[in-house]
Amino acid sequence: MTRTATLWSLFGLAAFLMLPWYMTTGSLLSFDWVSDAPSRPALWQLGLGRWWLAGPGLALLAALVVGVLPMPPVARARAWVLSGAAGLALLAGQGLMILGAGPRLAILGEASQPGMGLGALVVALSLLFVLTTGISAMGRGRGDAFVTGLVGLIVALVGVFVFYPMAFILVQAFALKDGAGFGLSEFLPRFFATQTWSFACLTGGGYCGPAVNSLVLGILTGLGTTLLGLAFALVFSRTDFRAKKLLRVLTILPIITPPFVIGLALILLFGRSGTLTEFFAWAFGMEKTRWLYGFWGVWLAQMLSFTPIAFLVLIGVVEGISPSMEEASQTLDADRWQTFRRVSLPLMRPGLANAFLLGFIESLADFGNPLVLGGNFNVLSTEIYFAIVGTVADPAKAAILSMILLAMTLGAFVAQRRWLGKKSYATVTGKADNGQHASLNPGLKWTCYLTVLPWAAFTLMIYLLILFGSFVKLWGYNHSFTLEHYRNAFRIVMRNGVHFIGSAWDSYFSTLAIAAIAAPLTAAVGLATAYLLVRQSFFGKDAFEFSTMLSFAIPGTVIGVAYVMAFNFPPIELTGTAVILVLVFMFRNMPVGVRGGIAAMSQLDRSLDEASIMLGANSFTTLRRVILPLMGPAILAAMTYSFVRAITSVSAVIFLVSARHNLATNFIVGRVENNEYGIAIAYSVVLIVTMLLAILLLQAVIGRRRLRRTDRVAV
Amino acid sequence: MKYPTISALALTAAMAASAASADQLNVVCSNEQTWCDLMAQNFKIDTGIDVAMVRKSTGEVLAQLRAEKGNPKVDVWWGGTGDPHIIAASEGLTTASGADVSGLLGWAQNMTEMTEGRAIGVHVGLLGFIYNSEVLAEKGLAAPACWRDLAKPDYKGEIQVANPNSSGTAYTELATLVQLFGEDEAFKVLAEIGANVNQYTKSGSAPVKATARGETTIGIGFMHDMVKLKKEGFPVELVAPCEGTGYELGAVSVVEGTPNLEAAKKWVEYVISAEGQSPGLEVGVYNIPSNPDAATDPDAPDMASIKLIDYDFATYGASDTRERLLARWETEVKNAGGAIEE
Repeated sequence: MTRTATLWSLFGLAAFLMLPWYMTTGSLLSFDWVSDAPSRPALWQLGLGRWWLAGPGLALLAALVVGVLPMPPVARARAWVLSGAAGLALLAGQGLMILGAGPRLAILGEASQPGMGLGALVVALSLLFVLTTGISAMGRGRGDAFVTGLVGLIVALVGVFVFYPMAFILVQAFALKDGAGFGLSEFLPRFFATQTWSFACLTGGGYCGPAVNSLVLGILTGLGTTLLGLAFALVFSRTDFRAKKLLRVLTILPIITPPFVIGLALILLFGRSGTLTEFFAWAFGMEKTRWLYGFWGVWLAQMLSFTPIAFLVLIGVVEGISPSMEEASQTLDADRWQTFRRVSLPLMRPGLANAFLLGFIESLADFGNPLVLGGNFNVLSTEIYFAIVGTVADPAKAAILSMILLAMTLGAFVAQRRWLGKKSYATVTGKADNGQHASLNPGLKWTCYLTVLPWAAFTLMIYLLILFGSFVKLWGYNHSFTLEHYRNAFRIVMRNGVHFIGSAWDSYFSTLAIAAIAAPLTAAVGLATAYLLVRQSFFGKDAFEFSTMLSFAIPGTVIGVAYVMAFNFPPIELTGTAVILVLVFMFRNMPVGVRGGIAAMSQLDRSLDEASIMLGANSFTTLRRVILPLMGPAILAAMTYSFVRAITSVSAVIFLVSARHNLATNFIVGRVENNEYGIAIAYSVVLIVTMLLAILLLQAVIGRRRLRRTDRVAV
Repeated sequence: MKYPTISALALTAAMAASAASADQLNVVCSNEQTWCDLMAQNFKIDTGIDVAMVRKSTGEVLAQLRAEKGNPKVDVWWGGTGDPHIIAASEGLTTASGADVSGLLGWAQNMTEMTEGRAIGVHVGLLGFIYNSEVLAEKGLAAPACWRDLAKPDYKGEIQVANPNSSGTAYTELATLVQLFGEDEAFKVLAEIGANVNQYTKSGSAPVKATARGETTIGIGFMHDMVKLKKEGFPVELVAPCEGTGYELGAVSVVEGTPNLEAAKKWVEYVISAEGQSPGLEVGVYNIPSNPDAATDPDAPDMASIKLIDYDFATYGASDTRERLLARWETEVKNAGGAIEE
């Protein structure tokens, strides 16, 4: 314990003395201390009159001294907590009070400073870990410095990258008109405005409010994707269906599809002049209508887009259910339906609940599908977008609608918790566990087949159509074959070396680089959080859990604007860099890692951890050697998902992409707006292929977990 | 767990920071992507200044400039409808570039004068409508020629137009009708047209595209978009309304507080020059350039042959007028029926 705290103090002091304190223009690691003032370390900055930097340094020094002085352990722990907390407060305080170019608080006169850099980051982390080591030395968190450190790290990250930016937006909700300050007088009437909550479309005449629309759509999408996802998962794990590989690809395709593409394909099939519409009109004399533009169109597109997410959550859970339980049930003379209904299904509850929660939240935050297919069906996410970028900008309205959206997410979250209750769902235990999964009874099996196969065929058709669209001159009108779209986007000239001159290359490379950096970080933060939530108990766990879900529930547009407002100025100045893109992906996609991790980890029996701890391993070793190897599918899902989402998400990054770091989706949206569907789809096809290859690579590297039982199905 | 996270964070931070180097012009472009790319390429060849370019819609740019006020990350904003440029100028988000506009057409000079040099006109786009001749024939309808034709009950469920709350194009249409017919009469006509509207789209260019693909019969939008679709081979015809029509002014603005003012000024001078504007035809830009010497396409609408109103940008661009007209539109047009979901 003493060693940990002392090491962190030394580490922090080293950064204080040697690493560049501020973000420099050249590079974070520039050591050009002579000519470039911001790159000098904190100690040197003190000499330049920046006396306020002394605080964090002194706190580290104090922590170091405490570790060396002879004193009773409890007093020493208290001293660490005190010095760590004081150092962090001083660091944050000076950062928020003394700003760069445009001071927000001018109390301290002329003082100014650039945004924090590497030195500040390392010092802050060191102070944090001194603080958490102190807390564990006081006996909290079972005296485990690793656990308290992890909790502290995640709380700090979520605080800085979720709460801090969100505060900028939410404050706007209470802004009074014409800059008259802040208050509740306008907030409540606007929050409960009839325009937002109107049920007019149900009672006949008029439009329903966006809040009602979002809620209904979210519930139906959540239910629909969960059921379909379950059907897919059952076909995979409980039947001897032959073309499982093909199905697997089909369930992955929609997640790796850039936005707008599914919507466009649906229009070309089911729009008023769509291929299928024309066919039905010709064959059966059905009238050509515009039914696609509205609730049903959006719902269909969301079902196509989000069923795979439900599947990814459910497959791990369904596969993880111990066959012994099912065998026990059958031994007790239950038939296959009873076994499924009374044993397997209840054990799937964490998976079902998490799948529904994800589907619901995804539907609420979805922006691309309602934009393309919504017609007059307005939902919160599009309303929020246009409150920010519309003809009359109304940030207060955007903030209030965001809060409604958040409230709905909170509601779904609480409902999920109540439904799951406090039961145990552990089915992967350390005990000898062998056997065969019970296969489905014929009725259920055929229901699954009849749901899954037509849906798979439908998905396949959409993707063939997309592929077709990328090779024809003018999709829908001129179907002569061409490679022009691919050439425009991805031309390479081999003359005096290789030149990537196609228009898409720039955004393609930066998208891949950013996604590749963000994916492992997202998975790490997400699974670490899941580990804490499932395996550790600490004060404020429920609030902690909800706070990690927040960033997912807030629509991307709001996050994007919040990030620009929060991170455009010191103390943390990140706009225009690739870091801000990596961060926004990390904290936006982290909840999926958390949910998947929780679902998978609830199945691992605690006796495994206990056995490991009893054999002398600490919690870090237990996590690394026992839990992580059993979490293969969850890690794979989290990595895959965050990689893919970093490539396909649109609304959050629209404000954050910069000229130097443009992303593929922004490029595609621009082309779609300009009616250049050909190049947009060709680019999408290339992205889809890239992501498929990446997923296969990940699968090969991470592999499947071995539960020492065969994945066969009793027939 | 801790160590890899820290080193990975540091690595990303270092990567990002090292990629950022000075002496480069950051342009945010609200035109079509191909036109953005071509202009950046030509500018780089002709001036030797490196350009980093990103495309965003005007509303997004305005929201970003507001959020970044005081510490902007872009130097120049080029293209897109003029209203957001005028708003940005009035909010002090942009600054005068000092470029010489004396050689430009009258409307571009007026815009410069109105914004005290902050926004300079680069193109004009004329408002009109488009119909899909195949669908029109199938339904046995007559082609519309005037704004008032659109109000005829024959076209019930056949017309598509954007929602002026989200789209600058649709707001231009609203303001045009108000200036053409007077406010009360205009809202009467709009409500009658509204009864025929099948969908108020969010994006301004969506109705025109939907018409080309036969998803709606008639769409209202900008004529240069329509010319392009017609040239691409869609079965569509353009209509310049007989009563006269309004237009948008595309603009270029230099962002207040840019560290690259000199290069930014060069960009402004380049995009209003004839050699800067002429290549637009190569990538299908059919709006009317602000430099009289720039090349134009014979099929593109030109201002001389179309009846135009004297669009009052100062009045109808002001936010109080906008809010009043939009509130009135919400109650008198949108909630008065129409928007039929078949």
